[in-house]
Amino acid sequence: MTWLRHGGIAAFIVRRLLLGVLVLILVSILVFAATQALGDPARAILGRNATPASLDALRTQLHLDQSLLGQYLTWAGGLLHGDLGSSLAAQEPVSKLLGARLLNSSVLVLIAAVVSIPLSIALGSWAALRREKAFDTVTSNLMLVLAALPEFVVAVLLVILFATTVLHVLPAISPISVEQRPWDVPKELILPAATLVIAVAPYVARIMRASMVEVLESDYVEMARLKGLPERTVLIRHALPNAIGPVFQVIAINLAYLAGGVVVVEYVFNYSGIGSALQDAVLNHDLPVVQALAMLIAGVYVLLNLLADVATILVTPRLRTRL
Amino acid sequence: MSQTENPPVVDDGEETISTPPVRSTALVARAMRLWRTRIGAFLVLLLVVVAIVGPFIAPHTATYFAAIPNSPPGGDAGILGTDYLGQDVLSRFLYGGRGILIMAAVSTAIGVFFGVAIGLVAAYARNALDDVLMRSMDVIMAFPQIMLALVAVSLVGAQAWVIIVAIALTTAPRVARVARGAAQPVVERDFVEATESMGVSRFRIITGELLPNILGPMMVESSLRLTYSIGVIAALAFLGLSPDPNGANWGTMIQQNEIALSTQPWGALAPIIAIALLTMGTGLFGDGIARTAAGIDRERGEE
Repeated sequence: MTWLRHGGIAAFIVRRLLLGVLVLILVSILVFAATQALGDPARAILGRNATPASLDALRTQLHLDQSLLGQYLTWAGGLLHGDLGSSLAAQEPVSKLLGARLLNSSVLVLIAAVVSIPLSIALGSWAALRREKAFDTVTSNLMLVLAALPEFVVAVLLVILFATTVLHVLPAISPISVEQRPWDVPKELILPAATLVIAVAPYVARIMRASMVEVLESDYVEMARLKGLPERTVLIRHALPNAIGPVFQVIAINLAYLAGGVVVVEYVFNYSGIGSALQDAVLNHDLPVVQALAMLIAGVYVLLNLLADVATILVTPRLRTRL
Repeated sequence: MSQTENPPVVDDGEETISTPPVRSTALVARAMRLWRTRIGAFLVLLLVVVAIVGPFIAPHTATYFAAIPNSPPGGDAGILGTDYLGQDVLSRFLYGGRGILIMAAVSTAIGVFFGVAIGLVAAYARNALDDVLMRSMDVIMAFPQIMLALVAVSLVGAQAWVIIVAIALTTAPRVARVARGAAQPVVERDFVEATESMGVSRFRIITGELLPNILGPMMVESSLRLTYSIGVIAALAFLGLSPDPNGANWGTMIQQNEIALSTQPWGALAPIIAIALLTMGTGLFGDGIARTAAGIDRERGEE
């Protein structure tokens, strides 16, 4: 295993991949154990008046007659083949049930990411360049305050401002019907996406500002300036790549956070996505759906962290040479 | 280690303090020279007083029927009008903060306690135990706070202890990560080795040598975690999952009265303002401590 410790970038990526797989296996065991600990799903589904015969039939259908290890392996094996099991409430494959909702949520998160990441990097860098000036003071304080607000508070405030009490320019709810795709109703996406942007951008912008401030004071930026390079080159070629490294981690954490934040935002706007699916599933004790969503969201988190680690190494000159 | 308070510094932007480990009371005292810390502390204190004293000064009980539903402020309807059931908004507002605050404080305290303990042990161990602990933390962190809380609450029930355990459980790994990061450089320092050679027990080294040196980052992290805990608990109530679904609770009030925003906004607006000011307060307070602890503050005391 020594080559894994001293093998340059390829070994680093392999090491991170193995670690990610290990975390995912542990996550799957945890998800499985947690849903097991919550009692007999067959009884939960059929209720107190179920006959022993119907209970047995359902237990067989759910593979509950196997040993715990057998149940886990059947489930995990299915996951690896992309088989997420069948929803107990809808009697449909989970993948079919979640497909459209997953698309709806992904579109929302993607819009939020595409808007918030460049926006927060630009705001943070600009504030760092204008440190202690009016722009920095105003944005820094605004970001600090916005970062503290819970999403549902932001969401309801946006509804008050743009949809009900003050202005009436945007729809207050965003129900997406089964035949519709999110891009058919762009106006309905604005407020939910804006809520997610406000939930994420301030945090990323603050880290970007702090990181940029540190880099601008460093020796190599001083050196580049002394060499007589134009300020634009200093900023884009020397300062930005070094400053943006730590920010990738924060972006990854925040995008993963969106997967949770979307639950509440979807509820406020009555948006048909995985958040509302999760809510329905937990209320119906629909274990396969809960398990699939938990694995999905955890998988997104592990993947984003992996990408962030690799991106940080690839983009930061001082880390790249250290490998 | 300077355990005494630093000499008074003139707030003219000429601070040359590096990062000496300071006692937490001294840190707070120094942070209080910043306006953002003062404003944050004031907001938190204000909302805590409202939440604690509120039930004693409320004009009616939380479920008192005051006037017809959604009456605007004035007359029988009281200062803030009535909600969707005709209950007095002001009274429900005054009753509605206590539960959220207590649950947020308790769950954050438990989460921070275990997080700091795990982070310190991991940083001090520097061996396989470190890896095992931090990988376990990674596994829990793979679940967003609100998702884990939602699943736990919906399956076990929305009792207070379930919410508290779910939030403590999701807070601990995040704190542990920061605690370990802050403690790692401290473990490498000479005085730790010196203490080890004197035969001091590992428990004493962790609590007596490591812990005092990471108090600054831990206070910052605690206030950040408290901000999130308040947000998640209020959000759960907003989703209809609180120990008493019909009781007065700021999150519940927002959900129940959101529908009447355009006719009688106060039913939802009053609790929204309260939660916003509370989380802003913890956020500002934490930022003030962070700036002071990092010694990077170049701002004037009076902005």
